[in-house]
Amino acid sequence: MATLSTELPESSDRPWGRTRVLTVLLIAAFALILAKAFGVLPEWLNRIPEAAIPPTAQVMDAIFSFIQNDLGLIYVTRFIAEGPLEFLLDTSANLLEGKRRWPHLGPIPWSAIAAVAAVVGYAVGGWRLAALGAGTFIWTAAIGQWKMAMQTMSVIVVAAPLAFLLGLTLGIAAWKYGWFERMLKPILSVLQTLPFFTYLLPAVIFFKVGPTAGAVATITFAIPPMILMTTLGLKKVSPEVIEAGKMSGCTHWQMLRHVYVPAARTEILVGVNQVIMLCLAMVVLTAFIGMPGLGAKLLAMMGSFKLGRSFEIGVTIVLLAVMLDRMSKAWVVKQPVHFERGTPWWIRHQISLIALGLFVGFTLLSQVFPILAEVGRKQHLSQGKEIDVVIKSFLAIDAIKGPTEWLRWFLNVKVLIPFRNTLLAIPTPAFILLVVSFAYWVGGRKPGIYAAIFFTIVAFSGWWDRSVITLYTVISAVALATLIGIPLGVVAARSARWSKSILLACDTAQTFPSFIYLIPAIMLFGVNDVAVVFSILIFAAVPLIRYTIIGLSTVPPEMTEAADMSGSTRQQKLMSVQFPLALPTMAVGFNQAIMFSFFMVIIAAFIGTQDLGQELQRTLAGTELGKNFVLGLNVSLMALTFDMAISSWAEKRKKQLGLD
Amino acid sequence: MFATAPVISAKNVWKLFGPSPESYLKSMPTSRSFDEIRADGYIAGVKEVSIEVDRGEMLVIMGLSGSGKSTLVRCFSRLHDITGGTIEVDGQNIMSLSERDLIELRRNKMGMVFQSFGLLPHRTVLDNVAFPLEMRGQDRHDRRERALEVVKLVGLEGREEYFPRELSGGQQQRVGIARSLAIEPDIWFLDEPFSALDPLIRREMQDEFLRLQEMLGKTIVFITHDFDEALRLADRIAIMRNGAVEQCDTPDQIVMNPATEYVAKFTENIDKARVVHAKGLAKPVNGHALEGAPINGGSTIHELARILINDSRILLPVANDKGVVTGVLERDAALNVLLGAE
Repeated sequence: MATLSTELPESSDRPWGRTRVLTVLLIAAFALILAKAFGVLPEWLNRIPEAAIPPTAQVMDAIFSFIQNDLGLIYVTRFIAEGPLEFLLDTSANLLEGKRRWPHLGPIPWSAIAAVAAVVGYAVGGWRLAALGAGTFIWTAAIGQWKMAMQTMSVIVVAAPLAFLLGLTLGIAAWKYGWFERMLKPILSVLQTLPFFTYLLPAVIFFKVGPTAGAVATITFAIPPMILMTTLGLKKVSPEVIEAGKMSGCTHWQMLRHVYVPAARTEILVGVNQVIMLCLAMVVLTAFIGMPGLGAKLLAMMGSFKLGRSFEIGVTIVLLAVMLDRMSKAWVVKQPVHFERGTPWWIRHQISLIALGLFVGFTLLSQVFPILAEVGRKQHLSQGKEIDVVIKSFLAIDAIKGPTEWLRWFLNVKVLIPFRNTLLAIPTPAFILLVVSFAYWVGGRKPGIYAAIFFTIVAFSGWWDRSVITLYTVISAVALATLIGIPLGVVAARSARWSKSILLACDTAQTFPSFIYLIPAIMLFGVNDVAVVFSILIFAAVPLIRYTIIGLSTVPPEMTEAADMSGSTRQQKLMSVQFPLALPTMAVGFNQAIMFSFFMVIIAAFIGTQDLGQELQRTLAGTELGKNFVLGLNVSLMALTFDMAISSWAEKRKKQLGLD
Repeated sequence: MFATAPVISAKNVWKLFGPSPESYLKSMPTSRSFDEIRADGYIAGVKEVSIEVDRGEMLVIMGLSGSGKSTLVRCFSRLHDITGGTIEVDGQNIMSLSERDLIELRRNKMGMVFQSFGLLPHRTVLDNVAFPLEMRGQDRHDRRERALEVVKLVGLEGREEYFPRELSGGQQQRVGIARSLAIEPDIWFLDEPFSALDPLIRREMQDEFLRLQEMLGKTIVFITHDFDEALRLADRIAIMRNGAVEQCDTPDQIVMNPATEYVAKFTENIDKARVVHAKGLAKPVNGHALEGAPINGGSTIHELARILINDSRILLPVANDKGVVTGVLERDAALNVLLGAE
């Protein structure tokens, strides 16, 4: 039924009404702030005194060292690291980049890989993907980044299948055993909000530095969505298919192997896509623990401000990301097509045979023409210096320089710094009360209670000021992203053609490893706070734009038609029909923007911030596992607070409006 | 021989859905109604059903959605575990079967067809049909041969390598039928097999189904919500409502003597002459003096219309298909049925 009313009755049957709770919370907060302003606030109410802060990091260190050394976990993990995992990584490294390890066959000529990529692309998605596959690898080789790219790929080809298998197994277990799912769910939500630095250090400590630690961190990082997609897919298998399996006399194992898993194929493959993309994103970031590859090179180039080369590496990473994403997505939607009976085997296996043929062909050819095997140092087409010059002279143009300089000055001096100082001036308890009232106002009682617990833990972690700075960066970036993203989304949603192309752009942008977003920020603003906010801003604007368009364009047509027939203007229709109905979906985008920001703000530590990320990055140099965990959990808890509040609002609202 | 023993025999079967159905059923006072049970927080999917299915018989279970007909058939195959009562298949209590024995039973004796086909999307027609054979470990050549045979039987020759999504609804259901027949089951369950199909295709599939049944002579439990379909196919019809069987009888009896008001509502708009057979309306001979040529007991009154109108006898002898006189039909009563006058 299309009813136009979007005003919903408030439920006010509880003795302690919403408004009353909120008033009390806010009055308490402002009382504290005022007390501080007049200098009557005792210091222990302003910041929690050092003495009251429990030595969480030290306790954790003790626990970790007990598990690691006394319980001997380190031997187990080191065994895995030096045994099977290292063997796999060495093998892939030998094949792809020619590391001197068993089977001593590599490196595979780039031309052979490009040819196979083209055939695979053609098989899953036709000529366009074939061109994308071949093009990506040709570009990588031609620009002289083959070896780096293969260092990165050699970890992905090991980590992605392992993450897939582990995720699938855990997903099946979670689907099969309710208690396991209930146990896993909170762990997964923490894992998904934990900053990546927190994945890196334990990996280094337990699995030794280098590719093994990189692979372990990558696998851990990529597993959660695979688990969720597997469970989702298995739950969605149609009951009749299950019954058909049972009536065919399947045993439990046969049910799983022949009925459930194949019937959940689509969701499982979506999980595979996400695993691949997360692996790529994480492998690039393992540069921070010294993993060689594209990420390390990018880090080095950005560090020495070689923008041209950074740009080229960025393009390579983006191409790889887009290629992997498009190909795995095409595989998801590809349905099996039958061959007529009596089709000979070489036609049935045509594609594989062509791929094999080209592979062998190019491998042999590269023996004759070495350039097909490896593009040498002097042969590549990298234009790093030239691009540097172009970028620098472009930025030196007055029309560009003026605005960016002004923007930098304005944002820094007029917006960011005052805002930060204000946040830092608020007494800790008042800050917590403010966050709690926000969570309560948006999400209701449960998110409010969680906000109180989570932020109190943060306050007692001993890293309050840095947490506030992290939060300040996130809030500023998300606010700016909202100012830009939502109007853009609204405008784009007006025409179907525009929405389509902007959605495509957003989807593509979302596949880029987050690291990439630092490049334009550094290019435009140099190394400072504004660049940090800017990189987060563009990263966070993507989901905002995306969900605004999706939200507005999925408003049921009979409702907009009803508004049209009621004689509303475009403005009225937008404000009183489309927005209210699209808001729950837009909230999902807003939520994602916040989550992305928390993720990005940590990466931005590379530019030089004073927040938790910076401290986290410092822990990587040492063995302070406890501190690393405390810092990571702080980020995770703050992110979870917002996540719970906003998603609970979106869900409630959707239910009230009868959407979904 | 089994000839007289029923293939499926259900006694006082209960299937309750809710938090702890077993203990609720034990403590439940007798003759509690469906609504009272619901008020206690339970749904009576099957409510005290006793029914038997004879060898070679086609029992149609008819009811509107939510009447418990699908639940009942799932109890017969133990896709659902029943809450109370007993179900025997070939004299064996299926609730006492171990997991292994149950799997064996399904692998060798039961076939089932589903409303939305329940085909495995990643397998070709042939692989779908061969699936039950594969599960019981038959070797590749045997199962391929058998699958080809059944595919041919349901008229899908030439489409063996297609995937389900490449077929129309009717064709998909033929695959479902072929799959359920692949293991040569003794008992064939069909859960609204034609409900998801267009009316024209449905009619065609019913004819096809009757043809198959004539060839195979299986014991069949067929579920439908379509009363016309039930009348067309059934040896006996069980009409269900709120989990209980309202009436279980031959189509003739249901149409002529509906046991409850609910059943009567279904029969109201039915052209009885097309349903009732001469033998169904006939009375025992009991010494009546009969003369003239007998009429065929297997014909419907509608089919006999011309004879009934033109004949002048008051009593007509009714013969079975072997020509032996088995009963006597009052022409007046038959004419009443024909004219719709009670």
